[in-house]
Amino acid sequence: MKKRQKKNGGSPMDPLRQSPSRSSSRASSPRTLPCEMLGYVGIEAVLDQLKIKAMKMGFEFNIMVVGQSGLGKSTMVNTLFKSKMWKSTMPGLGVPTPQTLQLQSVTHVIEESGVKLKLTVTDTPGFGDQINNDKCWDPILGYINEQYEHYLQEEILITRQRHIPDTRVHCCVYFVPPTGHWLRPLDIEFLQRLCRTVNVVPVIARADSLTIEEREAFRHRIQENLKTHGIEVYPQKCFDEDINDKILNSKIRERIPFAVVGADREHIVNGRCVLGRKTKWGIIEVENMAHCEFPLLRDLLIRSHLQDLKDITHNVHYENYRIFRLNESHVLPRGPGWVNLAPAPASVPAPAGPQANPSPPKVGGWAKDNSDEEC
Amino acid sequence: MEAEANSGSPEDSWAFIQRPGEGCRTVPLAGHVGFDSLPDQLVNQSISQGFCFNILCVGETGLGKSTLMDTLFNTKFEGEPATHTQPGVQLQSNTYDLQESNVGLKLTIVSTVGFGDQINKEDSYRPIVEFIDAQFEAYLQEELKIRRLLHNYHDSRIHACLYFIAPTGHSLKSLDLVTMKKLDSKVNVIPIIAKSDAISKSELTKFKIKITSELVSNGVQIYQFPMDDEAVAEVNGTMNAHLPFAVIGSTEELKIGNKMVKVRQYPWGTVQVENEAHCDFVKLREMLIRVNMEDLREQTHSRHYELYRRCKLEEMGFKDTDPDSKPFSLQETYEAKRNEFLGELQKKEEEMRQMFVQRVKEKEAELKEAEKELHEKFDRLKKLHQDEKKKLEDKKKSLDDEVNAFKQRKTAAELLQSQGSQAGGSQTLKRDKEKKKTREEKSISDGTCTTPGKHPVVPCALVVCAV
Repeated sequence: MKKRQKKNGGSPMDPLRQSPSRSSSRASSPRTLPCEMLGYVGIEAVLDQLKIKAMKMGFEFNIMVVGQSGLGKSTMVNTLFKSKMWKSTMPGLGVPTPQTLQLQSVTHVIEESGVKLKLTVTDTPGFGDQINNDKCWDPILGYINEQYEHYLQEEILITRQRHIPDTRVHCCVYFVPPTGHWLRPLDIEFLQRLCRTVNVVPVIARADSLTIEEREAFRHRIQENLKTHGIEVYPQKCFDEDINDKILNSKIRERIPFAVVGADREHIVNGRCVLGRKTKWGIIEVENMAHCEFPLLRDLLIRSHLQDLKDITHNVHYENYRIFRLNESHVLPRGPGWVNLAPAPASVPAPAGPQANPSPPKVGGWAKDNSDEEC
Repeated sequence: MEAEANSGSPEDSWAFIQRPGEGCRTVPLAGHVGFDSLPDQLVNQSISQGFCFNILCVGETGLGKSTLMDTLFNTKFEGEPATHTQPGVQLQSNTYDLQESNVGLKLTIVSTVGFGDQINKEDSYRPIVEFIDAQFEAYLQEELKIRRLLHNYHDSRIHACLYFIAPTGHSLKSLDLVTMKKLDSKVNVIPIIAKSDAISKSELTKFKIKITSELVSNGVQIYQFPMDDEAVAEVNGTMNAHLPFAVIGSTEELKIGNKMVKVRQYPWGTVQVENEAHCDFVKLREMLIRVNMEDLREQTHSRHYELYRRCKLEEMGFKDTDPDSKPFSLQETYEAKRNEFLGELQKKEEEMRQMFVQRVKEKEAELKEAEKELHEKFDRLKKLHQDEKKKLEDKKKSLDDEVNAFKQRKTAAELLQSQGSQAGGSQTLKRDKEKKKTREEKSISDGTCTTPGKHPVVPCALVVCAV
């Protein structure tokens, strides 16, 4: 039974729509004729329907903070979400630094103006703390891949759930210690491996120890480092959809990495109650753009790009993982929930996975020169 | 309706946020964080992606399907009215790009051509069901691919099926019942009474009641507007009571009062399409587009498509748990099937290769045979040639021998002659001559005479010996 399609070769897509992007360049869609509507029909009511449905379902967001101890990760999370997610750990108070890297996850539900957000924060105490930090990124990669694995397992079931619980890490905030010089080898190694699996946002931690000039110089050097080593941090240039996105994201990219200060104590400044750090020479206000760039980070992560982070995780990183997994499932760092999908061959190479390849498989815009990896 | 969804818990709203036993606590916020812009972010994403909506219109020819679509979307879609002489039911699909403020909608309208026109209508529903299945299949294939582009994929699955009922005023036709029964598990079926200006109001209420009771008694599950969301529950509830909608479609406009209204003009009066007292068109538009479009799409994806996927995958032989009730990965069986398929391919390849080798061998043998024959012929000819040569050589040899013998005799004779001329003179000469003669005679009579020239001795014939 043939479906007769009348392909009207009319004018291309309505000029009001955005320029060809990854979403409107649908390869399989038929050529369509734009139609003039003579009156109000009410199609835009679908936006409200979407909103209502989304508010009813709620949102999920999973964030991971990585960095050496003492850089203020837990404080930063508390400041970002204005609530006591973690108990800020005080160094040297009888809590020994863990000998191995352990990942701790904590989940909270926060609500604001009717919007419910289920937030999962994963901390990595012990990262980079040992004497020999070789392969310290493996547990982290394993954890991230394990989340992808769970989602994949749920997705390929015959009887699937209506809504698959999403525990995949949407964003990884990497804390760079404020040395003022360059990125350390550990940072570079870690960022190289991670930026291919997850969205990474590097920040300069404890930026109150740098003056403004030092901060700018440090930022430039870090940007140069990132460019030299080919590390693409969020927002990635290749996923810019159209000119508006490009402009917006270029502005953000100029300021990456943000120099942030975290604080969860309030002080009175000029009669206002602000979050800040009190020192002998003044109070550093966290939300003051002149003092630190915390508002930029907060806006990026929460107010403007949260959905984008999730979309890129779902459409790009997860798809890459899925492709790799379905093709060569034996070469991935394994988390505890790992299930062997394909029979492992006799000789298993070192678990380096996609991170070791110079141009790993990517979907939608990144280098397409890896047809040899297809099975 | 929701309860039939696969593993959807009753409190769907918080179903996944607060999973029982997970122990996530709600944390109070000390200030404004800003994630209340999340729905807006989501909406912006959807806007940039655009929306997709596919309607299937099923109904007999001449019930006003195209007119209704035109009226519903306030535009003139291209198309010609179909004739009644179609040999079978065919589906015609057209896609249009509609834009309203900043929302872009890709609307696909699929219409049945020739439905209900045949004499034997037993198989009329089949092309429709196959079409719907084909759309699901395409989506399933895309989803199962290794390298897939789901977020770019143009979703062609049918979101709503408008079933046009002829306004007889009595009851549903059996064709309608059969078709709707086949379609209700595959697509959201919304029955509507077409051309309802042919029925009076009192008849209409009776007709509607009759239709609903027939549908219920036959177990046809038509689409019920969702009632779980407080915002729209009330509206949807009242609308549900008015199903099936009695609609009129028209694109002609008339100025009534100070507005242009869509109407149908009769000598006895004018029917206004958008007048709620005249027909249910406004309700249909409200329900279909303004209130429930998203829900229709979601139902198609999460109920109908999942059902299709489950059936299809089970048919292909996959299970979720194997007989030992260990969680069985779909991918493992997929891998096994793929290996099987590859094995088959390899086997075929081997077969072909072997056949090829065999053919080559045969050809080679043939050529060798031919070559051998040629050689034999060559040998034979060579042999023949050699034989002849030998014969000739023998002949030559014998002639040579004769020459030699003659020469010897000649020298011997000359010697004797010289001796004879010295001593006995003529006697020996005579004797010699006689001897010679007898010898000559002998040789001549033998035939082995090698002396050239005439021999005068032999009386009978003149023998000329030539060498």
